[in-house]
Formats: sequence, C-alpha cells, structure tokens
Amino acid sequence: MTYTTAIFYFFAAILVFAGLRVITARNPVHAALYLVLAFFTAAGLWMLLEAEFLAITLVLVYVGAVMVLFLFVVMMLDINLEKLREGFWDYLPLAGFVAVLLVIEMALILGSRHFGLEVMGAPAPHAADYSNTKELGRVLYTEYVYAFELAAVILLVAIVAAIALTLRRRKDSKYIDPAEQVKVRRNDRLRIVRMEAVKTQATQKPGAGEGGA
Amino acid sequence: MRHALMQFAPVFPEMFVLAMVSLILVVDAAASDGKRYLAYLLSLVTLAGAAFLTLRDFSTLPVLTLGGLFIDDPLSDVLKLFLYLTVAVVLVYSRDYLRQRGLYKGEFFVLALFALLGMMVMVSASHFLTLYLGLELLSLSLYAMVALQRDSSVATEAAMKYFVLGALASGMLLYGMSMVYGVTGSLGLGDIAIALQDGTDLRIPLVFGIVFIVAGLAFKLGAVPFHMWIPDVYHGAPTAMTLFIGSAPKIAAFAFVIRILGQGLESQVSDWRGMLVILAVLSMALGNIAAIAQSNLKRMLAYSTISHMGFMLLGILAGSQNGYGGAMFYVLAYALMSLGGFGMILLLSRAGFEADRLEDFKGLNRRSPWLAFMMLLLMFSMAGVPPTVGFYAKLSVLQAVVEIGYVWLAVAAVLFSLIGAFYYLRIVKLMYFDAPHDAVPIAASPDARVVMSINGLAILALGIMPQPLMAVCIHAIRASF
Repeated sequence: MTYTTAIFYFFAAILVFAGLRVITARNPVHAALYLVLAFFTAAGLWMLLEAEFLAITLVLVYVGAVMVLFLFVVMMLDINLEKLREGFWDYLPLAGFVAVLLVIEMALILGSRHFGLEVMGAPAPHAADYSNTKELGRVLYTEYVYAFELAAVILLVAIVAAIALTLRRRKDSKYIDPAEQVKVRRNDRLRIVRMEAVKTQATQKPGAGEGGA
Repeated sequence: MRHALMQFAPVFPEMFVLAMVSLILVVDAAASDGKRYLAYLLSLVTLAGAAFLTLRDFSTLPVLTLGGLFIDDPLSDVLKLFLYLTVAVVLVYSRDYLRQRGLYKGEFFVLALFALLGMMVMVSASHFLTLYLGLELLSLSLYAMVALQRDSSVATEAAMKYFVLGALASGMLLYGMSMVYGVTGSLGLGDIAIALQDGTDLRIPLVFGIVFIVAGLAFKLGAVPFHMWIPDVYHGAPTAMTLFIGSAPKIAAFAFVIRILGQGLESQVSDWRGMLVILAVLSMALGNIAAIAQSNLKRMLAYSTISHMGFMLLGILAGSQNGYGGAMFYVLAYALMSLGGFGMILLLSRAGFEADRLEDFKGLNRRSPWLAFMMLLLMFSMAGVPPTVGFYAKLSVLQAVVEIGYVWLAVAAVLFSLIGAFYYLRIVKLMYFDAPHDAVPIAASPDARVVMSINGLAILALGIMPQPLMAVCIHAIRASF
C-alpha cells in the first residue's frame, strides 16, 4: 500500500463515519458539525485527485460560509427533534437492509472489474506548474459558458421563489418606512378646519353633570 | 450537421425570454397593485417575441453551437413554437382565477416564464449538462408555483411532495448519467451515440446507468410505478398551476426523453425498450382503472395524464422515426386536450368556488350549451373517439408499435383505452343528462371563452385533418435524427 492509498482510505473512512453521524446524531448542532467534517474530508479526497481549486472552494464556500449559516439557523430555531426523529429506529432495520443491498449491488457492478485501474487506467499526473484554477476558468467561460449562465438563472429563480414564498407584509408590523416618514407634509398630519365660533354651554346644561356622577 | 463553437443567432429566443423576464421582474416590482396587468401583458409580448425570433431563424439543418451544449434543429423549433402557444393559452385561462384568489402577482408570470425558459433549454439541449440544468430550472419554478398559494395547506403539501420526489428523481437521473459518462467518457449526446455505435466492453455498467436514467425519466413523466406524486400534486395545486404543470412540461418531457433515449442511447434501444414496455403497460392499466374511482375532476385528469403518458411511451419504445413522430403528435395533441380540460375547470370556477368536482359539471348543457359542447369534444378526444385528434394520436402510436411486431402491446393499449372511455363518457353523461346543481351564471371572461372555443374546435379540426400536423412532426423528426 502506497502512502496515497493509505491516505485515501484514511479520509474515506472518516468521510463515511461523518456521513453516518450526520443522520444519527441526536443533537442537530452535532449533526451540522459532522457535516463540516464530511466536507473537510471530501476536500481532502479532491486534493488527492489533484483538484486543488475545487478542494479549497469546498472548504471556503461550504465549510466557511454555508455551514456557518446553517449552524446559526440550527442554533436559533427551536426544533423539536423528538418529533422529527419519530419512527427513525422503527424504520431503521428495513431502510438499513435496503441500503446494504444497494451497496452490494453497486459494488458488484461498479467494482474494479469494470472501472478498475486495469480497465480504465490512471490519468497521467500533471506537471508541478499546472494550474487547474486556470484550466477550470478557461473551460467555464468558453466551452461551458451556456451551462454557467443557466446555473446563474437557476439561482435567480431560487431568489425569486424564496422571496415570493416568504415575504409577508404583516398588518401588525410596527415597521415605518423612513422614506415615507421624510416625505411627510404638514397637511398629512394636521387638518385645519374652519368653524364658526360656538359658545360652549356643556357645563351649564342641566342634568349633564348629575347624570354622570 | 454544422458545428460552431460560438454562434449566438440560434440562442436568440432564449436570450430574449431571459431579458424579458428580468424586465418583468423590475417592472412588476416598481408597479403598484393596480397595475398587475403589466406583467400579464408583458408576458404575452414575450411569448409573441420569442415565437417571432424562433420563426425568423427556423432551422432546416441541425446546428450545434455554444461548445456543443446547444442544438437548434427543426425538432426543437417546432416544439418551442408549441411551448409558446401552450404557455400563452395557460396565461389567458388562468388570469381571472388568479385574480379572484389573490395570486395575480408578478411572481406567477415571472416563474411561468422561467419555467418556459427551462423547457426551451431542455428542448434544444444536446448535452447531459444542459438537459439537467434545463430540467432543474423548470422543476424549481414549478415547485415555487405550486407553493405560491401560501396559506393553503393543501397546496403547500403538494409542493412539498413534488419537491421531495422531484429531487429524488433528479438524483436518479444524475446517477444514471454519471454511469453513462463513466462508460463513454462523454456527456455530449452526439459523442455518446458515436462512442456506443460499435458496442462497448462495459455493457453491464451501461445498462445499470440506463436503468437509473429511465427511472428518473419515468418519475418526471409520471409513469407507473413512479407516478405517486401526480394525483396529489395535480389535486393540491391551485388549478391554474395544475393547468401549467399538466400541459407545457409534457412537451418538454417528450423532448427530454427523445433526446436522451432516441439520440444519445439510440444504439441501446434493445436495452431500454423492455423497460419502456413495462412502464407503458403499467401506466395505461393503473391510470385508466384508478381514474374511474375518482370524484374530483383534477384527480381524475391526473390519472388520465398517467395513462396518456403510457400511450406516448408506446411511440417512443418503437424506436423508429414513425414511432417518434407518432409520439410527438401524441404529446402535442395531449397538451391541447389537457389545456382544454383544466382550462374548463378554470372557466367554470369563480371566487370561492373551484368547480373541480364531477358533480359541478352536472347539467352544464343547460347552463351553457357551447361550453358543454367544448367539454364534450375534449372528453371524446381524451377517450380517443374518431372525429377528434385523440383518435388519430392513438392510432399513429399504435401503428408504430404494430410495425415493430408488438401486436399484443397494441391490443392491450386498445383494451385499456376502452376501460378509460368509461370515465370520460361519464362526464358527458353528467353534462347532458343530469339536472344542474347550481344556477349561478358562468362568469368566464370573453377572451377566455374565445380561446376555449378555438381550443375545442382545434381538437375537432385536427381530428378531421391530422395530416398537416402529422407532416410537421414527421418532418421535424426526420430532419433532426
């Protein structure tokens, strides 16, 4: 076993363990932290495949940004876990059986017999000055620019959908629009009414004071 | 086939739609509540403009552009024109319904046009990447549209189911695509076809991948046994959204299937034909039988969709140009019928009343003989009764199936559609022979009535003279394959 193979198995074992813990951890914060571990080890695997840029992006974007946000949300929301995990252990035997079966089936077909090194051959390693950031950028903005733009459109749809589904103007909201506030004119707040001068006689009216007391 | 790395002219319709969606987004954000019709009108303008651009650059030869991700061929152009038409009709039918339910907002139109853009991308994709991105663009817009009625728990539940199962289907599809990529070393459909031309040593992984792809496609089409989401989503979604989901995306799904199976994996027809036979038979059986038990028209039409998709698969599994042409004719005819069927529910509904139960159609003849007649045509066409387009559509796919020697399959299909005729004719009986329940006059707007009349008469006209449309379909398939 070479050094890289050993590293690969080390990372792969941690990745599988972390993945399992994500779905079995009782505490959602722990689950999110295990997900961070899973991302981190996956980044390590990509590093082994010479995909340095993707590995770093995975750590920066997923671990650095997405998961931090995730953790905040998990910590702030009061989620009733017991209710969410209801039936988890009841379904586990059947689900576990199906999962094991799937893994065996896939191993039969996707094992080294069809995709092993003897059949496919390892790609030639690149020179030390090879920059896969540059290569990625080159194909992303030339050959795959259409797909790239489409991905951007999908993000736009996600934004539109998120706003359309969650934005509510609450009637009881105490929010005041500053622009409206600045634009206010005297006439909006104060109405001057011209009236005839009337002499008030309320206090002298008979019965008015007595009835109230 | 002309091959150009960067040639933008064929992509103008997509660019135009995207630009217009962005414009509508801004205009609607700035417009006050009384000016929601701006988004509606601009959407119709967008559709007309896109149709103009597609027609102006109507291709006679397939053009591969944008690095081989995008293909512009007669098939894609014809399907795109039908997509514009379908979406336009959907918008006209749903306007009043949306207004009465507080859903008449810019977001509906923006999402509908985004969905249209996704369908256009799917229709002219020549690469797994664009096929998948187009599908996601469509699906994400549809999930959001179903959930747009936020305060209705039924609609939210439908959206949730749709989302979860849709994500599962996408996962399967991607997994299958990755297998095919592993075997052929390419994601482009043309390259895959070339790589598989002389067979491959990796047959087992390839078939494994095809199984996942077919399962994913079946999910998206709603073929049995991957149909569970269809009745719930169709029933739970607001009718305008059901109308949208039930019409235009079927055309795109046809293109999706035909591109992957017919163009990319053409040489593996013997592998996927058997799978499609199972899907088709089960869909026709379950769709037609389960529809009998429904008392809700939306649910009934959902099961009818399942059976129609089974019928369409018959044409595809024939694997011949006639079969593809027949399937294309079928899906276009089905889009027309589905527009009419769900559109009728929209026309009969009013504020606070959905008109989606079978009994709401009782005695329609006495309330509005013309609309009852249109519904009669629609139901006859769905059942496949002769002078309507549904008959000819069924005939053309059956012919293709018989041509490849699957006579038993054609016989089974006819038997199942005979069973299906029962529940279509039941509606006709309710409309003509039962006394009306409610005497409230039908409050459909004049433009929706006119479009509905054209829709119904088109079904009759295309049934009497199917040759022009059939010729277009066959030509599009011949020139693109």
